Amino acid sequence: MSELMQGKEPFRFFTRLHLSELTGLRASNLGQFLKLLKEVPGSCIYHHTHRFLQQHQYLSPEPPNDFAYWVTEALGEASLGEKLASIDTVQFPTIRSLREEIIKTIENHIKNNLLSRLRFASEGEEFHFIKSVSFIVPTKYIAYNLLDFVEILKKVTIDSMYFHIFEARLRLERTSNDFSYWIETSIGDKALAGVISHLDPYTYTLEDLRKTVVGIIEEYLRDKN
Amino acid sequence: MKNTYGIKTSMANIKDYIPIVGESTIEDLQLIAEKLKGKVIQNVNSTALGGGVAEILNRMVPLLRELGVDTRWDQIKGDEAFFEVTKKFHNALHGRRQDISRHDFNIFLDTSSRNINNMDIYGDIVFIHDPQPIALVKKRKKNKWLWRCHIDVSSPNKHVWRFLMDFIAKYDSAVFSSPNFSRRLPIKQFLIAPSIDPLSDKNKELSEETIASVLAKYNVPRDKPIVTQISRFDPLKDPIGVIEAYKLVKKYIDCILVLAGGTASDDPEGARVLEEVRKRAADDKDIHVLLLPQSDIDVNALQRASTVIVQKSLREGFGLTVAEALWKAKPVVASHTGGIPLQIKHKYSGLLCHSIEGAAFAIKQLLNSPEYAKKLGLNGKEHIKNNFLLTRHLREYMLLFLSTYHKEDVVYL
Repeated sequence: MSELMQGKEPFRFFTRLHLSELTGLRASNLGQFLKLLKEVPGSCIYHHTHRFLQQHQYLSPEPPNDFAYWVTEALGEASLGEKLASIDTVQFPTIRSLREEIIKTIENHIKNNLLSRLRFASEGEEFHFIKSVSFIVPTKYIAYNLLDFVEILKKVTIDSMYFHIFEARLRLERTSNDFSYWIETSIGDKALAGVISHLDPYTYTLEDLRKTVVGIIEEYLRDKN
Repeated sequence: MKNTYGIKTSMANIKDYIPIVGESTIEDLQLIAEKLKGKVIQNVNSTALGGGVAEILNRMVPLLRELGVDTRWDQIKGDEAFFEVTKKFHNALHGRRQDISRHDFNIFLDTSSRNINNMDIYGDIVFIHDPQPIALVKKRKKNKWLWRCHIDVSSPNKHVWRFLMDFIAKYDSAVFSSPNFSRRLPIKQFLIAPSIDPLSDKNKELSEETIASVLAKYNVPRDKPIVTQISRFDPLKDPIGVIEAYKLVKKYIDCILVLAGGTASDDPEGARVLEEVRKRAADDKDIHVLLLPQSDIDVNALQRASTVIVQKSLREGFGLTVAEALWKAKPVVASHTGGIPLQIKHKYSGLLCHSIEGAAFAIKQLLNSPEYAKKLGLNGKEHIKNNFLLTRHLREYMLLFLSTYHKEDVVYL
């Protein structure tokens, strides 16, 4: 069994810390909002579709999406809010494709609801576009086998979890999350890697996601025993 | 060291935060601090005591030093006339009507020139807090300069903003507490909310005996629900509006109002406002107007003894008293202004209001529905734990310092 659990390459845990950079760009109606959505940097789209995951982790299953929240709460466009909240973020391999889907959803809504262009947010409730600046730092934690890996996973910060699951896949455009990639290529277990990569991480709190991944790996280890 | 209540008051070490935020969070702070080795961070503001800025720096500076970041803190000097002018600036930036003459601008520039001539600028990164020391940037050489604005500048007086813009444009980056304060600027701007220290005298757990002794000291009885606003006596904190709201509540619910606060050495308006508040409260023995000495334990005890905490500000930079109250799991009624909506999600972690009548209605709801009030308070505490504790603030300040050396959106350290 120990051979199965030993990695060809070690897994180095990184952590991702971020700063929110203000752009000074704001929208108070759907027309302005749509125009700016097309122009702002990808790091803005990333920030507003992922901020909830780290800041409101206990609120899950709150939509991890500032756009949905704003059109619902500030513009009173509940049906558009629901459509934006339902965008299946995990299906989009790049920020570019995610942005296109958001824009398409809003354009379709406006086409079918012409009056929606006339709704304005109250003063102080405008949408402010914010960029995410990521700082990626290697931690001291290195796993050489699956046993190490699961023990370390229990104690790293949720920021580290966040980096390897979300940031690596979407922002850095890797094909899978880092955990699945390492388990498949280094541990050599495609099935276990597949179980983890098939989770929809957007529907968990980060702590629940950690527990779920730890549970999957521990069950796997028990079976191997 | 022990204070008058026999409570240990020594400052916490960074490792003391582990039981609250976890060991790995502290390890992350150590990782980033390592990247700032060799850099000197020089903070400059206008007062060492009183107000939120001094309070944050008093905790932040020793902890950054403990993490190995060479952090120092200096204050500019100014006379009464200078601080009268900077208070006018403060009010004008908050959007209040304010007459500011050419003479006022000259007083500001003269005092700034003296500080520019006399102050030693030695930091690799110079971190200027608020408008009072803003002109020091004229001493800029090859070092990095950051301007931290703690004020709600969402609708500032244009003359004052234009005057300050000449200085702001010379900085590397500006920092604001809420997205609502951001404006189109020729420099980078970051969003960093302030924080509270869960282990400070103002926020740590207190025994029931300590709470009782503080209330006895101020002759505040506990036989009725207590509604409290803790704030400097400042028109922007609207203490008169709180009294009006309390009077609307009092028609239906017998309760006590506590208005408690101190003064800051850079706020010359405080005494006048306090006098007006005392006058308005004089005919009601259930209104307790308390001018507090610099005693954080007293503030802590008053908050913990309260049934509902109010922050009915007309304008607010951030409103740290809201975070303090929520950390104690207290139900809060607060104005939808400045950084307060970042701390309170309406009907989830507190109640937001826009008027005296709205505040009164929300206070009545909370006094009449203790289970609902409890739930809001507990949700609020969780939100503060995740987002507004000092450890998050330390991390973001260190990242801000590092950001001055990087232009990209994804930085590998």
